[in-house]
Amino acid sequence: MRILVVAEHDTEVLRSGTRSAVAFANSVAAQTDGEVECLVIGHRIASVAKEAASISKVLCLDSESLTAPVADRYARVIADVTIQRKIDLVVAASTSYAKDVVGRAAGLLGGSMASDVVGHTVQDDKLVLRRPMFAGAVTATVTLIGHPQIITIRGSAYEPAVASVDESEIITVDIDESSLPNHISFEKIETRSSHRPDVTESRIVVSGGRAIKNSDDFERLVGGLADQLGGATGSSRALVDAGITPNDFQVGQTGKIVAPELYIAMGISGAVQHLAGMKNSKVIVAINNDPDAPMFEVADYGLVGDLYELVPQLIEKLHAE
Amino acid sequence: MNMKILVPTKRVPDTDQKIRIRPDGSGIDEENLPYVVNPFDAIAVEEALRIRENSNDEVEVLAVGIGSDDYERELRTSLAIGADRAMLIECAAALDSWNVARILSVIVQREQADLVLMGKQAVDDDSNQAGQFLAALLDWPQATFASKLDFTENGLRVARETDAGIETVVVRLPAVVTTDLRLNEPRYASLPNILRARKKTIERLEFQQLGLEIEPRIQLLHMEVLSTGRNCIRVSGVDELVVRLRDEAKVI
Ligand SMILES: Cc1cc2nc3c(=O)[nH]c(=O)nc-3n(C[C@H](O)[C@H](O)[C@H](O)COP(=O)(O)OP(=O)(O)OC[C@H]3O[C@@H](n4cnc5c(N)ncnc54)[C@H](O)[C@@H]3O)c2cc1C
Repeated sequence: MRILVVAEHDTEVLRSGTRSAVAFANSVAAQTDGEVECLVIGHRIASVAKEAASISKVLCLDSESLTAPVADRYARVIADVTIQRKIDLVVAASTSYAKDVVGRAAGLLGGSMASDVVGHTVQDDKLVLRRPMFAGAVTATVTLIGHPQIITIRGSAYEPAVASVDESEIITVDIDESSLPNHISFEKIETRSSHRPDVTESRIVVSGGRAIKNSDDFERLVGGLADQLGGATGSSRALVDAGITPNDFQVGQTGKIVAPELYIAMGISGAVQHLAGMKNSKVIVAINNDPDAPMFEVADYGLVGDLYELVPQLIEKLHAE
Repeated sequence: MNMKILVPTKRVPDTDQKIRIRPDGSGIDEENLPYVVNPFDAIAVEEALRIRENSNDEVEVLAVGIGSDDYERELRTSLAIGADRAMLIECAAALDSWNVARILSVIVQREQADLVLMGKQAVDDDSNQAGQFLAALLDWPQATFASKLDFTENGLRVARETDAGIETVVVRLPAVVTTDLRLNEPRYASLPNILRARKKTIERLEFQQLGLEIEPRIQLLHMEVLSTGRNCIRVSGVDELVVRLRDEAKVI
């Protein structure tokens, strides 16, 4: 199979999900006698292209008209490259970017798409995929019909591809800029400036739920523990809705999917929609004053009690060590 | 500006229900399973109603469902909260996102809609594809994961919830916009309106009348419920937790 990985980046570095998408692509290529190319799109992206070349052969498309990742333009570019390079399989990490842009590209390419793939096998040169449904309550085994096929994979389900010493080739791709659609104009993105890592890119995630009463408490308890452990901060939807945490903190079915080495859920009850985003974490700790909270059913370690008392003790203890 | 807003809605199992699988793994066990309008689609209906309420011009809100007769009940919910019209595309087969988008693209063109507002994902198959496919098929701009909408001279300004933060784009109309959870909180239907909605007609179209053949894109082989339960060790306090995380789990 000829495989195209659509890279995601912030113009400086690759998002870690892209490395997992390359790993997935490499595994499929190895089983189908295939080839992998990684498509890096944007403007002023030389450093990202170079980084991508440490894990894959690279197609680089650098154009001012692609400065902002607007869906109509990016999707057109991805679809055109897919056709030009006779790609059989397009792969990306399942992120808000890929859902938007690669989803639309799939619509241009005939709609053979599977989202959020968490496992795969190759049988008679055909991909058999596993993906969650119903907020992760069900795992479905599916195959795609049609060509080319488009897949987004969960970064948390595939170990990232490791860099090799030799850099691969970077091929520059040109496009006809005048042919690109122009019906979406990008105005701005408000990113939070934080000294903490993103929940999807951290070894340790500390998350808070409705039990946390305000932003100061969140910062002191969830933030304080995260800093002590060098981790990221996340939350349930309840805190995002209450305006206590920003939307990109939300872990769950409709937020981010994480599988860190350690996930600490404090004051989160364990609704299936939240569990969908974190239940595959390696070690889960639940802190909750309700001994029957469903979160304990998926946790490895449970601490029953008031988090307002327990978490300051925990921070203190870790600090002392 | 007079405007027609088309709101595709899907019928999904109630999100509070535990999903069970048929013993042969061929699908979910639908017996006694209560259904609701997909929560994201309910948000889309609500937003369409708010646009109508805040506009000085004629705005028509058309709720569209694709499915069997069972779907009438949920379509009536959209009428009860204020949709002007409801349409059922009769189709017995379960459809994947591609075929949903193809059917919708025909309806959108027939109805000459100016805006399609739909949920970003259906909480049954969780694919998050249909809106993007529809925009691609229509060659319309799209704004996915909307958490705020404002009409401007140049079109619709949309705040989008992305992994990196809130992004703002302006899309020209006609456009497809998919809704995120924080766009609004849907209203409830009042009893008199529910009763009134019972008497309204639901327009019906047979899927065959659209001149389309179903083109399956995803084939379900098997479904299973994986157990995620773990043996939770209840620790006596903070000290024991730290020791266990450090010496047993070796994660800190
Ligand atoms: C379509 C849809 C999509 C959704 N998507 C998501 C999603 O992506 N992510 C998500 O998180 N949710 C999502 N939800 C919402 C989800 O169903 C729950 O409502 C939500 O996760 C609850 O958040 P919570 O656990 O923080 O709050 P609650 O359920 O209210 O739980 C609070 C917990 O804190 C405990 N507590 C209270 N005080 C203390 C204290 N002092 N010390 C210790 N513990 C205490 C309580 O015992 C309780 O268990 C979605 C819902 C729907 C319908």
